[in-house]
Amino acid sequence: MQQQVSEGRVLIDSGKNSNDASLMIEAIGVSKIFGSGDSMITALDAVSIGIREGEFFTLLGPSGCGKTTLLRMIAGFEHPSSGAILLDGSDISELPPYKRPVNTVFQSYALFPHLTVAQNIAFGLQMLDRPKAEIAETVDRMLSMVKMEAMKDRLTSQISGGQQQRVALARALAPQPKVLLLDEPLSALDLKLRKEMQIELKRLQHETGITFVFVTHDQEEALTMSDRIAVMSEGHVLQVGSPHDIYERPANRFVAGFIGETNTLTAEVMSSTTDRISLRLGEGLELDAELPSGMTPKERVTLVVRPEHLRLSFGTTGSSLPGTVSNVVYLGTDTHYHVRLDSGDELVARVQNSSASDLQFGIGEAVAVAFEPSTVRVLRD
Amino acid sequence: MTAADPARQAQPAHSPSPGEVASRAAEVRRNWLLSTPALTLLFLAASGPLLVVILYSVLTPGEYSGVVWELSGDAWYRVILHRDIFDDTVSLADAHLRIFWRSAKLSLLTTFVALIIGFPTAYFVATRPPQQRTLWLFLITIPFWTNLLIRTFAIMEVIRNEGIVNSTLMSLGVIEAPIQLLYTDTAVLIGMVYVYLPLMVLPLYASMERLDFRLVEAAYDLYATRLQVLRRVIIPLVKPGIIAGSILVFIPSLGAYVTPRVLGGGKNMMLGNLIELQFGQGRNWPLGAALSLTLLVIVMIALLVYVRNVSRSESRG
Ligand SMILES: Nc1ncnc2c1ncn2[C@@H]1O[C@H](COP(=O)(O)OP(=O)(O)OP(=O)(O)O)[C@@H](O)[C@H]1O
Ligand SMILES: [Mg+2]
Repeated sequence: MQQQVSEGRVLIDSGKNSNDASLMIEAIGVSKIFGSGDSMITALDAVSIGIREGEFFTLLGPSGCGKTTLLRMIAGFEHPSSGAILLDGSDISELPPYKRPVNTVFQSYALFPHLTVAQNIAFGLQMLDRPKAEIAETVDRMLSMVKMEAMKDRLTSQISGGQQQRVALARALAPQPKVLLLDEPLSALDLKLRKEMQIELKRLQHETGITFVFVTHDQEEALTMSDRIAVMSEGHVLQVGSPHDIYERPANRFVAGFIGETNTLTAEVMSSTTDRISLRLGEGLELDAELPSGMTPKERVTLVVRPEHLRLSFGTTGSSLPGTVSNVVYLGTDTHYHVRLDSGDELVARVQNSSASDLQFGIGEAVAVAFEPSTVRVLRD
Repeated sequence: MTAADPARQAQPAHSPSPGEVASRAAEVRRNWLLSTPALTLLFLAASGPLLVVILYSVLTPGEYSGVVWELSGDAWYRVILHRDIFDDTVSLADAHLRIFWRSAKLSLLTTFVALIIGFPTAYFVATRPPQQRTLWLFLITIPFWTNLLIRTFAIMEVIRNEGIVNSTLMSLGVIEAPIQLLYTDTAVLIGMVYVYLPLMVLPLYASMERLDFRLVEAAYDLYATRLQVLRRVIIPLVKPGIIAGSILVFIPSLGAYVTPRVLGGGKNMMLGNLIELQFGQGRNWPLGAALSLTLLVIVMIALLVYVRNVSRSESRG
């Protein structure tokens, strides 16, 4: 389990945070319904979520799951149909956007085309009636922070996409908001620029200490950048936790499938206590696994195990699942073996290619699949 | 920005290659060729009458009407100056100047009022869902389907002493006696705003439709209040539409003839009526021609201001 330092205290990240005092944003039972009658769409369904001060928080989920809607409600462009949104402890659900100390980096950047780079960055400060000298000083600082000093007098139509992205960031950071919202800010960039900007964003977040709420549907981006991730689907938040938590201990089949590649297996329950469960897989394999808290297992459960945790060996060994290799995909640093189990299930095993490992399996070869019980995760549903 | 700027050097501005220049030149040539028939027609139709008007303005008026073929600068002189018939003292042509002033004032007011009414209207239409916009635009253009004279008489019916406005106000007890609206400058203003409003709304709508409303959201997000969003974002971005609409309303207002004639009665003349008078009862065609050309010059000045403004806002982005 990952540990995290927040406000000088060491918190064990448990995904539960409703009584944490350092919450910057809190959504309490927030629902959003668009339209009415037949064309009614529930974009968010009773979402409760807590975002801590100074963290890099990511909303992750497939298209249409309500990420943008939640972000727009924090920004103030939409108002909850029910529920409340708290910022730093006070209810902001009905405040207009210009009264919230929250700024947004839009997916389309939405830079003002009639203003120069420097004027764009100054806009928020001018609206806040800051003194001229302070505005000039802050704009210069922001320009150097995003390395755009040389372009400050250009119009935003005269700079590249990556540069526009930086200006959008600088413009949103200039008024020093309590929270910065970023709606898929990197999706318009090519892969290389995207990687650069990921690092840049982390650096900016670290330097400014501002709470970032980041939206993406790219699970890799979410895993590499976030302090914590909320996985969403169809208007619900399925799981909140650190990248490690989400990856290694997915709460359900959706999360397991959405974050990285995974194998799902069904197992027979032999016995269970409050926190352990004994399982039998097919004929050959029995194992003891951790039972998620609060779960009362039926006679069958689903479990997931990541491809990198599967071990392959020739023939049949003691506690393992027998199968045959159906496909081999060579990926440079490692190789993916697709194995059809005798029980009919299909698994993927990832084996690292190192000069030391001489194990090579061919298509059609009989293999035994084994794994450590500790790498197995029993799912609630 | 200096040439030594490394960022600038890393990203050269698009300098077209010789091939590009050549193909562009060919395209320009083709476009000119294609528009030749239209340009010829426009040139003949516009320049012919214009030459006649210029010529007439420097001739001598005939006895009953028409012109005598004798050069004279008298018409131009009389546009703004007046010579007393008895003692030959020269003074400014008060009557003409008053009409110029009224025309300019009423046209500017018409433009202003049309802008004040047209702006929210265009904004309203531009913010409707796309399917609904066509319907709203259709409704806005409906008055165009009716003859101008009929529309003007309709306004007359509304504002005359026994009309809807006065009778409603009187029956409500707001006023004791009818307000004299008809045959005043206010009546002319109301009529012209009504007639020319679509000319303001349509170009405004065209530029607002192109407005990226995410920019409005971005401004709200950056602490701009409604008024600041309007002033700092919307107005600068729809400025070409504002200018186009204003020109389209101002120019025909300046030369308006029917509306001031019907709603202003005989007394509240505008330039158009003054010109008509010279060709009719006044029997002074050269003066009419000179007044027409004066109107043309004013219109051209307005157009120049427009072109300069638009090219400036275009070069800025
Ligand atoms: N203004 C709106 N009117 C009607 N429905 C809307 C509106 N905005 C969003 N929705 C609907 O709400 C749902 C959630 O939309 P949202 O934009 O929040 O998804 P998202 O997670 O951001 O997706 P994406 O990754 O594609 O951006 C979708 O079904 C969408 O069609
Ligand atoms: Mg979205």
